[in-house]
Amino acid sequence: MSSNDDDRVFKALADPTRRFLLDRLHERDGRTLTELESEIEMSRFGVMKHLRVLEDAGLVVAQRSGREKLHFLNPVPIRLIHDRWIDKYTERRVSALVDLKNELEGKTG
Amino acid sequence: MTTMEQTTETIQVYRVYIRATPEAIWTAITDPDWTERFGYGGRGEYDLRPGGAYRGWTSEEMRANGAPDLGVDGEVIECDAPHRLVQTWRMVMDEAMVAQGFTRLTYEIEPGQGDVTKLTVTHDLTGAPRLAALMNGELEAQGAGGGWAWVLSSLKTLLETGEPIRP
Repeated sequence: MSSNDDDRVFKALADPTRRFLLDRLHERDGRTLTELESEIEMSRFGVMKHLRVLEDAGLVVAQRSGREKLHFLNPVPIRLIHDRWIDKYTERRVSALVDLKNELEGKTG
Repeated sequence: MTTMEQTTETIQVYRVYIRATPEAIWTAITDPDWTERFGYGGRGEYDLRPGGAYRGWTSEEMRANGAPDLGVDGEVIECDAPHRLVQTWRMVMDEAMVAQGFTRLTYEIEPGQGDVTKLTVTHDLTGAPRLAALMNGELEAQGAGGGWAWVLSSLKTLLETGEPIRP
């Protein structure tokens, strides 16, 4: 991934409205602009602008379904950043911690 | 609520831009010598014609952990190399997932800007919530791999650097 692509991802994520839109798509994927707009106090144009930034960063993929345009959360750019800095060095340790946590909670629960 | 979720359409869409030719991406997806070098690392065997069989064999590492030989089965629906591959896809390692039946998987490979190619994976997981959880990475902490985002990240790394993501 070029640094330009990384910049777009970080810039897109550096805004609470756009993170809110991603959260809504994470909760239920494949929504129309109208559906997303109904969950946020913002003009349709404003939501469109934010979706455009998310699409340019590759975090949202829009697909046509009949007459509708559906928006899907694409986690791959975030995964690329994760795999670049986190996966290589710390994932095994993180997994081990998760196992330990589950084990401890299982024992006390 | 549970029955509602099972009947709701569930489609996952993943997109990655890879500095490689469409042909190289097509080969990586359909040639078992390539499929064993990224993602879950098993050999994927295709009979590349409509109605042809797909067999996704488990990796040595998975078998060492008690997995059966066959991981995924399915059938080719559409094949237009190196642009579009549509198939059915069913995880057979887990009884609950087998019971949820075949899902529909589409790979679309399109030229991007310059020497970059756009790969879009659309997985229609309607009626298969357990498989949907596996493919969106929710089960990663349980050692089930990171699903499509993880698979496509490692495919990009392999094609751009020649290195498998995990040696």
